Amino acid sequence: MLRLCIPCDSVARAVGADEVADSLLREAERRQLPIELLRTSSRGLYWLEPLLELEGPEGRLGFGPLTAADVPSVLDALAGNAGSHPLALGPVEEIPYLKSQQRLLFARAGITRPLSLEDYRARGGFEGLDRAIALGGEATVAAVLDSGLRGRGGAAFPAGIKWRTVREAGAGQKYVVCNADEGDSGTFADRMLMEGDPFLLIEGMAIAGLAVGASMGYVYVRSEYPDAIDTLNQALRIAREAGYLGANAGGSGRAFDLDVRVGAGAYICGEETALLDSLEGKRGTVRAKPPLPALQGLFGLPTLVHNVLTLASVPIILARGAQFYRDFGMGRSLGTMPFQLAGNIRHGGLVERAFGLTLRELVEGYGGGTASGRPLKAAQVGGPLGAWVPPAQFDTPLDYEAFAAMGAMLGHGGVVVADDSLDMARMARFALQFCAEESCGKCTPCRIGSTRGVEVVDRLIASTNAAAREEQAELLRDLCDTLQSGSLCALGGMTSYPVASALKHFPADFGLQTSEADQ
Amino acid sequence: MPDETLHLPLIHSVLEREKDTPGALLPILHAIQDGAGYIPDLAIAEIAHALNLSLAEVRGVISFYHDFRTTPPARHTLRLCRAESCQSMGAERLAAQLREQLELDDHGTSADGQISLRPVYCLGACACSPALELDGRLHARLTPEHLRDLVNGCLEEGSC
Ligand SMILES: Cc1cc2nc3c(=O)[nH]c(=O)nc-3n(C[C@H](O)[C@H](O)[C@H](O)COP(=O)(O)O)c2cc1C
Ligand code: SF4
Ligand code: FES
Repeated sequence: MLRLCIPCDSVARAVGADEVADSLLREAERRQLPIELLRTSSRGLYWLEPLLELEGPEGRLGFGPLTAADVPSVLDALAGNAGSHPLALGPVEEIPYLKSQQRLLFARAGITRPLSLEDYRARGGFEGLDRAIALGGEATVAAVLDSGLRGRGGAAFPAGIKWRTVREAGAGQKYVVCNADEGDSGTFADRMLMEGDPFLLIEGMAIAGLAVGASMGYVYVRSEYPDAIDTLNQALRIAREAGYLGANAGGSGRAFDLDVRVGAGAYICGEETALLDSLEGKRGTVRAKPPLPALQGLFGLPTLVHNVLTLASVPIILARGAQFYRDFGMGRSLGTMPFQLAGNIRHGGLVERAFGLTLRELVEGYGGGTASGRPLKAAQVGGPLGAWVPPAQFDTPLDYEAFAAMGAMLGHGGVVVADDSLDMARMARFALQFCAEESCGKCTPCRIGSTRGVEVVDRLIASTNAAAREEQAELLRDLCDTLQSGSLCALGGMTSYPVASALKHFPADFGLQTSEADQ
Repeated sequence: MPDETLHLPLIHSVLEREKDTPGALLPILHAIQDGAGYIPDLAIAEIAHALNLSLAEVRGVISFYHDFRTTPPARHTLRLCRAESCQSMGAERLAAQLREQLELDDHGTSADGQISLRPVYCLGACACSPALELDGRLHARLTPEHLRDLVNGCLEEGSC
């Protein structure tokens, strides 16, 4: 009996994993070859998807990227010398891209079946919850504080401090809310985790709920992720039936349950207070802080709001200890971060590493440069509100503070690579247009300034003389300052990053003179 | 305009099931749209009444979110990703190809009502850009030929 694995991840399926799986089953039946086909999560080595793995005594052997048409020849090879197939990759765990990663959060990626509790438990699942219950709430919060974990949703606020605030808030009812809106382009780690290892998120949320004294939690997932929504709903049912959720969550003697809520296509609902309004059934407009959601959040009650990856980091911190987690990373950026390589890149995928490797190692080492083979122009780090970083700055270590120091941000860890054919003036225009389209409308610079900004870029590009261009460029810089200092939230505030960085590093794309000082 | 009273049983059963859910409005709107294909005008008064909201509040929520629509959809919905990662892999050229083939702007519906276009900003498939979603199904590593085949598939299906 051959044991074969192929991912059921939505992106693996979007590039043909289902067709490969069907073809395998058909072809094996035709040959009367007994096989067992497991649908696992994805390793996140997306350039190799669909990636087929054969389970053998010396680990799993990989083949990819496959199409359905490759299946007969792969089965032929499996009958003889598997390594001789042109798409054979050898032992998957030895592929350098994967072997050099430090996978804590994504330790089960590509290995387990997303909805198998048995697979989950066999690889350390629920050890963190058991430990948290044994320790009690106070010590659990202390462990999260000691681990140095910071929010992975972008702002990088110390998680333990939020936990302590919610725990100490006096209220009969409290909530845990998971921000699974993942609206940033170039990011997909939340999606992978929800589709691939949903029990990890459930475990993290249960630990959080018990520690801060919340009996109810919500996962707010963007509507663009139907597979994640479906998988989470099934996982919740399974976890509830097994007693990990419900009146006696994980055998703690206390109640904690979860519900999935679906967004409706508004980027701003990723901002935590807009998300809470949306969960309450309103338009997703941003609330002024204070009051902090930790004290007055969902329905006015104390609420712990965290990103998917933040909550999913908690089980390992509890299971292996705060010190184990702190030993990864640099400075105040501790633990590991799942970086996401996208855009015009040869080897797009997920790279989980301790903070501190450089952007160059990520883009050139793991990513292998551009997919087009053309020269690299820039990488946008941290989503649509992140700066465009030119190759001259690629030796910066991936660390929250180091990126902030050069006027950029790590955000959610997404890296979008562009080759020299991408026009940065168009990208600046796009950033402003995106802001105009997605603004919640509460403040003037964001609501109106973004639209005016699109017009300024248009005039700038259309200007035929240098003086007029310089005048428009000055106006654009000024507008960026206004956006940055006059906006209530980072949508307006940080739209200046992609615009100002494009203007600063790629003036030629705007038809501006390049001076040496600019370079 | 189709006869909207057709959707009343759906609307009532959704409201019956969800009206006491905390923050019920979005789940209700999703359930009605999933069932009817859109939010019929007559649902608005029913929802407002059940949740004790004003008509303006319900309309305000519907218009705020990009997902909700108040008219029946075309038979097929194609959402091409236009965000940065897909742009860097040629999404704008694919959008131009669609505009040309269907004679539609980024938001329109084809004259025969077969297919409507909507931009989307990231489908989480960025490691395999460019990407689109057609009738809920994700397609990635798109090429111009692949896109043409998908669209032709929709159009042909409509003619029979
Ligand atoms: C415009 C905007 C969009 C945001 N989108 C997201 C998002 O999609 N996912 C996310 O986790 N955080 C997002 N955030 C950050 C959240 O407001 C908040 O900081 C985060 O959910 C807190 O969780 P953490 O402590 O785990 O990072 C966004 C913030 C802003 C200003
Ligand atoms: S900056 Fe924009 S999105 Fe943020 S609160 Fe102001 S108007 Fe709303
Ligand atoms: S940017 Fe297109 S799928 Fe993410």
